[in-house]
Amino acid sequence: MTALNQIVQITLLNLRTIPSRLGTSLVVVVGIAGVVGVLVSVLAMSEGFRHTLASTGRPARVIMLRAGSDSELSSGVARDQATLLASLPGLARDAAGRPLASAELNVMVDLPKRGQRDPNNVPFRGVQPAAFAIRDELRLVEGRPFARGVREVIVGRKASRQFEGLEVGSHIAFRDSEWVVVGIFTTGGDVHESEIWADAEVAMSAFRRTGFQSVTATLADASDAGLAALKQTIARDRRLSINVLRQPEYYARQANVLATLIDVLGYSVAIFMAVGAMFGALNCMYSAIASRQVEIATLRAIGFGGAPVVVSVLLEAMLLALVGGAVGGGLAWLYCDGASLSTLNFSTFSQVAFDFRVTRGLLLRGLAWALVIGAAGGLLPAIRAARLPVTAALRTA
Amino acid sequence: MTHLVWAQLFRKKTRTVLTLLSVIVAFLLFGLLQAVEVAFESAADAADARRLLTIARYSIIEPLPMAHGRAIARVPGVVAVASADWFGAKYQNESNAFPVFAVDPVRYLDMYPEFRVSPAHREAFTKTRTGAIAGQRLVDRYGWTVGQKLPIASEIHAKTDGSLNWEFDLVGTLDADDPAVRGNTDMVLINVAYFDEARQFGRGKTGWYIIRIDDPAQARTISAAIDRLFANSPDETKTQPEKEFAIGFAKQIGDIGALVTRILIAVFFTILILTGNTMAQAVRERIPELAVLKTLGFSDRAVTLLVLGEALLLLGLGAGVGMLGAVSVLPALNARTGGRFPPLFIDGATWLLAVSIAVGLALAIGLPPALRVGRLRIVDALAGHR
Repeated sequence: MTALNQIVQITLLNLRTIPSRLGTSLVVVVGIAGVVGVLVSVLAMSEGFRHTLASTGRPARVIMLRAGSDSELSSGVARDQATLLASLPGLARDAAGRPLASAELNVMVDLPKRGQRDPNNVPFRGVQPAAFAIRDELRLVEGRPFARGVREVIVGRKASRQFEGLEVGSHIAFRDSEWVVVGIFTTGGDVHESEIWADAEVAMSAFRRTGFQSVTATLADASDAGLAALKQTIARDRRLSINVLRQPEYYARQANVLATLIDVLGYSVAIFMAVGAMFGALNCMYSAIASRQVEIATLRAIGFGGAPVVVSVLLEAMLLALVGGAVGGGLAWLYCDGASLSTLNFSTFSQVAFDFRVTRGLLLRGLAWALVIGAAGGLLPAIRAARLPVTAALRTA
Repeated sequence: MTHLVWAQLFRKKTRTVLTLLSVIVAFLLFGLLQAVEVAFESAADAADARRLLTIARYSIIEPLPMAHGRAIARVPGVVAVASADWFGAKYQNESNAFPVFAVDPVRYLDMYPEFRVSPAHREAFTKTRTGAIAGQRLVDRYGWTVGQKLPIASEIHAKTDGSLNWEFDLVGTLDADDPAVRGNTDMVLINVAYFDEARQFGRGKTGWYIIRIDDPAQARTISAAIDRLFANSPDETKTQPEKEFAIGFAKQIGDIGALVTRILIAVFFTILILTGNTMAQAVRERIPELAVLKTLGFSDRAVTLLVLGEALLLLGLGAGVGMLGAVSVLPALNARTGGRFPPLFIDGATWLLAVSIAVGLALAIGLPPALRVGRLRIVDALAGHR
């Protein structure tokens, strides 16, 4: 009999005895399901948050901020600077020859989350008409676009779901002004869906601002050379002290702090739980071989090797672990995937709404954890099983 | 009897030690996660009921005129007023590495008596226009020394020469004894007199006001009176007790408590299954021995208590060691994250919760087998086994 055949035979024999040891086997499954469930659902949070920010913007678009500012909120671009920037030759133009550049106001307004009373920093963006040509992924799903020169807003779908009073037709009061929600838009789930948009000119007068926060534009030449040329033109102009970033670079940077924090939390908790689950698995496998020592000794007596015994015990532990991993991952997927929440992004000081994303990669990572825990919990008992002195084990029977 | 419980528990050493280790790890995790939750909520606990906060009505980022301060001071019930402005610090190219507030040294430090500043440092901060004082944890983290120059850039405020790079003189440190307050000292304070004069834009404006009142019971009335002062003006205000503001801000981040609770439910459910199984197994193996005990004259109740005691000992030992582990890990953790994350600590409520969870789990896993052996008839028990 080959070693492989021996392994298969013993493993099958082991698995058939699981029903008589259901209690201890269940401990392995539940323990590991807990680890994987917590790991996958917490990481699904950072995954969703990263995805929301990373899917914002396109490489062919740039955001221009005051040099030294890393976020729109702390940036300032004066009106004359914004006009200068829009006229730069490095930017794309539409069919009518107008530059694809939108100088934008970014302020925060206080709105309560649905069913709560405490205010949240909801981003409010005043945009110029070109904003819609630049961000061509924007679609209105309800209502109509805001009219220019009037206090009307359109609201991102996620903001509309998270915050109170953002349905089409409702009135919201900011400053000494009242605004009407006229439409709901999507941008493919990116960060703009957490925002409220209005006409920049109207917003500036209502919020008593004289300058913008940023200019978003499409590059005429999206290559690195094109970007470098634009940066050079800006650097040469002494009236401008502006930093140019590709949109994905700007938004990805905003995800870093919070996503890393969530990752650290998820992994630290999972490591602790994994250690606990490993002790559970050790317990289970030790009692499994204790209850089976006669069988094992008999097998050894009729010529089965030590290695097949080790492998078979390991396989059993890993198989149980795999079941646990699948249960945990499945529960995380069932309960978390697609659930939305909104949190304060420390990097921008404003609310970002996002969905939990239980991706295939995360589920596989969960299963990998399960297998490692199973293997760690099975190894020592497996070795003990192989070392069992045959005669002594048979005599205890 | 205690000896008997102990002997029973360690009847199968490997099994008990492994189960115990799982329980220890679970309670270690419990201690750490609770500390994180408490740290998030401690801002509200550290709030003073005699302090109100006034911000711009429609958004916290909108500035308020400094003239508001004098008007607020005249409102009946107001004892003192201080203001603070957000500097938007960038240190060593890291945005918002720590908060920097532009304040009036005397008014601000008087407003927060819970901060510990030595009289010499306070004096130096008051007298030095370019002076700054920093939280002790920040000083430790960056290795600053009192007397050095502190180069901090602002992402928002340019100096009159257009430069965003500011420099202050570090003249002192501040700290707090209460760990819940200590997290609030992770900041740098600069002198508003210098800041307001040296900045290019926004002069005569500040970020928010902190107000001390004489009677916490009057907080609502006084808040309303303050907001009425500026109603229908271009700079309307929103005034609320400090605690309400802190709770509201914590809620912006999200429900950390609910997240922690869900994780802990998963942890303890696992522990319940694990220890429950171990207990059931241990009792099953011992039924003949327990029958012998009964034969020797142990009452049903005594045998029940014996098994229950075993469960309590297992959970109590695990919970105790786990919590002590968490307590001893935290100082090192705080030193690593100092100034970046509020200090973590384990408070009395957390200990109490740990005890009740341990007892609850012990009853849940110990009671069913304990009652079963209590009802056990000696003849059956002895007959059913070899």
